Amino acid sequence: MKDFIRLRGVSKKFGDFVAVDNVDLDIERGELFSILGGSGCGKTTLLRMLAGFELPTSGSIEIDGVDVTDQPPYERHVNMMFQSYAVFPHMTVEKNIGYGLRKEKLPQPEIAKRVDEMLELVQLQELRSRKPDQLSGGQRQRVALARALIKQPKVLLLDEPLAALDKKLRERTQFELMNIQDELGITFVVVTHDQEEAMTLSSRIAVMDRGQFRQIGTPKEIYEFPSNRFVAEFIGTINTFSGHVTARDEDSISVAATEAGVTLTALGKQAVEEGQQIEIAIRPEKIFVSKEKPDDGDAVCLPGVVDDLGYLGNRSLYRIRLESGKIVQVSSQNRRRSVTRFLEWEDKVWISWRPRSAVVLLD
Amino acid sequence: MNRQSRFIVSVLAFGYAFLYVPLVLVIVYSFNDSSIATVWGGFSTRWYGELLRNDQILDAALLSLRIALTSATMATILGTMAGLALARFRRFRGRTLFSGMITSPMVMPEVITGLSLLLLFVTLQQLTGWPGQRGFGTITIAHTTFSMAYVAIIVQSRLMAMDESLEEAAMDLGGHPLRVIFDITLPLIAPAMIAGWLLAFTLSLDDLVIASFVSGPGSSTLPMYIFSKVKLGVSPDINALATLIILFITVGVLLSWLVARRRA
Repeated sequence: MKDFIRLRGVSKKFGDFVAVDNVDLDIERGELFSILGGSGCGKTTLLRMLAGFELPTSGSIEIDGVDVTDQPPYERHVNMMFQSYAVFPHMTVEKNIGYGLRKEKLPQPEIAKRVDEMLELVQLQELRSRKPDQLSGGQRQRVALARALIKQPKVLLLDEPLAALDKKLRERTQFELMNIQDELGITFVVVTHDQEEAMTLSSRIAVMDRGQFRQIGTPKEIYEFPSNRFVAEFIGTINTFSGHVTARDEDSISVAATEAGVTLTALGKQAVEEGQQIEIAIRPEKIFVSKEKPDDGDAVCLPGVVDDLGYLGNRSLYRIRLESGKIVQVSSQNRRRSVTRFLEWEDKVWISWRPRSAVVLLD
Repeated sequence: MNRQSRFIVSVLAFGYAFLYVPLVLVIVYSFNDSSIATVWGGFSTRWYGELLRNDQILDAALLSLRIALTSATMATILGTMAGLALARFRRFRGRTLFSGMITSPMVMPEVITGLSLLLLFVTLQQLTGWPGQRGFGTITIAHTTFSMAYVAIIVQSRLMAMDESLEEAAMDLGGHPLRVIFDITLPLIAPAMIAGWLLAFTLSLDDLVIASFVSGPGSSTLPMYIFSKVKLGVSPDINALATLIILFITVGVLLSWLVARRRA
């Protein structure tokens, strides 16, 4: 399938500051693509270049086979939902949603018909003649969404679409967005700093840092197979053991990890040399805690004591101190209801994981 | 009543007396029958009649009103444009200097502004023959120059508080930049423009110093006329005029308060 959005060597400089640094990106038609990163990583600048509010310092942007690099925002078939929603305060809900069609000079009956359809899609029929200051945050967000979608854009850009909503509403809206995207088949590009939001919404995620992409992949790939330390630590929590490479075969690498006191093996196909300093990483939920040494020949088993523990309702977090003093974070599901704690502070325990659960990180 | 609240009430009474006793005196004396303005000679409304027959006063009032309407409108148009440019133009070296320079007419002593404008008009006349005589035109231009600064500041601060993504959203939805100004920007800054217009109107009606510099023979604004009359001693028909102006302003303030309350 031909790439729908295609960025080649796109850079944006503000004075001496490089906001976006020589970026290549391909997004397919109908994707729900997220750009994830901390504040100041360049993700919003990138989105604003897609919308046409910023011109790239160098590079080219192509949408649906057309070079739009120098097109002004009002000529692009791209619409944006702003972080502040930017609902026009002096217009009613109806007028807000119809604004884009009035600019296209469509006949009045056609506009009215399409506004009605949009009102139905976002379920705002009863509020059609309200002014924005009489709406809640969630309703305003839906006006902004309807107003952008009514133009039937090739691409819808969403800048932190859920950041201004409270937690419950955020979860509901998340699924509504996915359903609407599914129904209309429009390509969505979402910018967010919230990893959970990116994980649940997206078909693919690009993790961005200091103007560059650190990894692009499906949520699963990014979480389970982070290609570098930045991505591994940005998404969720991860334990790392550093050491020298002692052996490698087709798809696994062994490392003498002094902090663990044993040789650790993990999945990894990277080109490494013997003696090279690398890291083995394992997610907290991939580790098991037990009071007895587990009877599993393949598993990595390390003794330790409970340094700290926390009860979160659905799961418990443990910080286990190894003999070397290294702290390992473990997360375990609370499957059984119990009033007493399974583990107490300073209990002697064993932690274990399967070698296939660990990954190799190079930088 | 305890001591503290008695103190507060007397402070309040004194403060308001300080503000309003002079005004009340003017109103009372405007109904004075005596032709010596400061001696009470019984109740009469004859000075109001006198006032209506005084063509000089009526001409001056009419001129002041025409100047105020024209200069306030021009100042609002120019000031809004300046405010838009100051708030929306991209950052550049010396931007702070430019936005600071717009406030200079506000801090400049009026005598200096008046003098420099007079010099400008005289030089212009020598070079181009225009303005042939100073009066309505020159006073209007002078008032526009200084009141425009006030409008620009009000509009600029309103624009600064406005979410810029509103304009971007309109452009994103297919509005050309010029259309967006009329669709989005102007309706949203309209309250600031109205406030600016009212301020410019008041400033123009109020001005004595600058108008004295740039006016010519036979074109006296109302403040100029009143001031020149009072120099020869307070005449009772001026009290009547002042009372009418107070009435006019009170009604205006009440109306705008009512409108503001109904909107809220």
